[in-house]
Amino acid sequence: MDASPYLPTPEYARWRKWKSAAVTWLLVACALAVIAPLFLVIYFLVARGASSLDWNFFTQLPKPTGEVGGGMANAIVGTLTLLVMAAAVGVPFGVFGGIYLAEYGSDRANNWIRFAADVLNGVPSIVWGMVVYLLLVVPFKTFSAYAGGVALGLIMVPLVMRTTEEVLVLVPQSYREAALALGIARWKVIVVIVVRTALKGIATGVIVALARIAGETAPLLFTALGNSFWSHNLKEPISALPLQIFAYSISAYDDWHRQAWAGALVLMALILALNITVRVMSRDRKSAS
Amino acid sequence: MSTPFSTSILPPPGSKLPNSAFKWAAALAAAMIVVLIVLVGWELYTGSRQALMKFGSGFLWSSEWDPVAEKYGALPFIFGTLVSSLLALAIAVPLGVATALFLTELAPLRVRQPIVMAIEMLAAVPSVIFGMWGIFVLIPWLRDHLFVWLKHSLGFLPLFKGPIYGVSMFAAGIIIAIMILPIVTSISREILRSVPDLQREAAYALGATRWEVLRIAVLSYARRGLFGAAILGLGRALGETMAVTMVIGNRPQISVSLFAPGYTLASVVANEFTEATTDLYLSSLFELGLVLLAVTILVNIAAQVMLKSMTGSGSSKVA
Repeated sequence: MDASPYLPTPEYARWRKWKSAAVTWLLVACALAVIAPLFLVIYFLVARGASSLDWNFFTQLPKPTGEVGGGMANAIVGTLTLLVMAAAVGVPFGVFGGIYLAEYGSDRANNWIRFAADVLNGVPSIVWGMVVYLLLVVPFKTFSAYAGGVALGLIMVPLVMRTTEEVLVLVPQSYREAALALGIARWKVIVVIVVRTALKGIATGVIVALARIAGETAPLLFTALGNSFWSHNLKEPISALPLQIFAYSISAYDDWHRQAWAGALVLMALILALNITVRVMSRDRKSAS
Repeated sequence: MSTPFSTSILPPPGSKLPNSAFKWAAALAAAMIVVLIVLVGWELYTGSRQALMKFGSGFLWSSEWDPVAEKYGALPFIFGTLVSSLLALAIAVPLGVATALFLTELAPLRVRQPIVMAIEMLAAVPSVIFGMWGIFVLIPWLRDHLFVWLKHSLGFLPLFKGPIYGVSMFAAGIIIAIMILPIVTSISREILRSVPDLQREAAYALGATRWEVLRIAVLSYARRGLFGAAILGLGRALGETMAVTMVIGNRPQISVSLFAPGYTLASVVANEFTEATTDLYLSSLFELGLVLLAVTILVNIAAQVMLKSMTGSGSSKVA
């Protein structure tokens, strides 16, 4: 260092520029590294799962241990059944809760409820399985589709509640005032004007929540349990795609591994379809407003 | 009613009832959230009462887990949960923050949108699919390449000693890292977006290079919020169940080596719950669940508080 410390040498300036460029490329590399697993997962799902997606896979029951063939028809139907049941639990509570937050509650109470919802959102899903096991499996002495549906539904509640609140708040205050000025009852204003206006946003939130729970396995392990046959009664254990994928991929049979990949591909396709629906719906909403 | 108008468009008298009924229904649903938190804690507490009475606080410090001898201790699982989660954070936080920096500070819109979309899709991949991918793709690769190489070059460290099985604490850390990257990245991005442009402009005006701007003006300003993002990621990492169960090896042991199999609170519950043959066994599993719940709730509260002080609105947008 010959010059005064206040006058950077050209070497130092070059070093600073070089360092900046290096960091730029490092950031690019990090971004690529973050999205790489997505493509790796999808590549392997397609490469290993697609060839096993045949008619049998969608129409047959699982074969007994060790026998080749069979399908996951009951698991696919089971997952759809559980989603419907979860929605039946999660949507009413979530939407009504969201209505309370957006239309009624005091700021202080709302802050607490929102806080509770965010904390609840962070509760590990396996904990829900344990809780519902005590609430619905032990008293009725059987694993059941009901228990699985409720476990998934409870996970949905805070998710749906927060998104519902967010879209209801976006409805212009003047709509409410105009309707109230016409003498319409408050609850009717909320149902017919406010919720109606925000319906698409609420539906989007519900679908996001469904996409989130469709792949949940942990809360189903000791509620829905799984089933190798058709469930004719919701009081019986029911199969679900994630459960079947889990059971098959930790098994020792190649044919089951093959089917696990196929099942995972179907599950992933279902979840992607839900997500794409959301994307299309919210694009419409944006362009409309 | 004493109203002088007798038109039929006015609401009929007595219409207060549906109004308040509706309001109460909504209040009830909102109160459900608070009820649920209490319910979850209470149910796990009742489920674990037997183990709580029998073992007391020794449960947390005992490292023996032997269902046959009816000995239950949580330490190996607490250890496994902490190590796998911290390992995941060590991988995910630098990568996530770097990606968030790239997205907010560098990437043009055309590049940003597809990457943001890919990250959102990554968040949508279910745990069980990551687990399966881990078993069949990641673990064979780790076992045959990365682990061998690490052992060869860094084998003098106790972290990389011992036999290589493939299923290991390290594999679990990597899988968890992939799974928490979306949330760490998206929250970091929100935090970085809240940094005022004035900060950046001031630094540029002083002749700072791009990296210097990021370091001096952006990162140091956002430090607190980024810490909050990391803590929220930790909250998710602690509770990851299926993928971890499938790749960690499920052995209740405490080992320094990252190549050794481990076990976590969530994965032991997932694995052994339906096999629990005695009441005490089941009760011990409930107590593990209670420990997990307590830790994740504390971590989540800490994260919410930290993020709220930073952005004002918390993390509502990231489910």
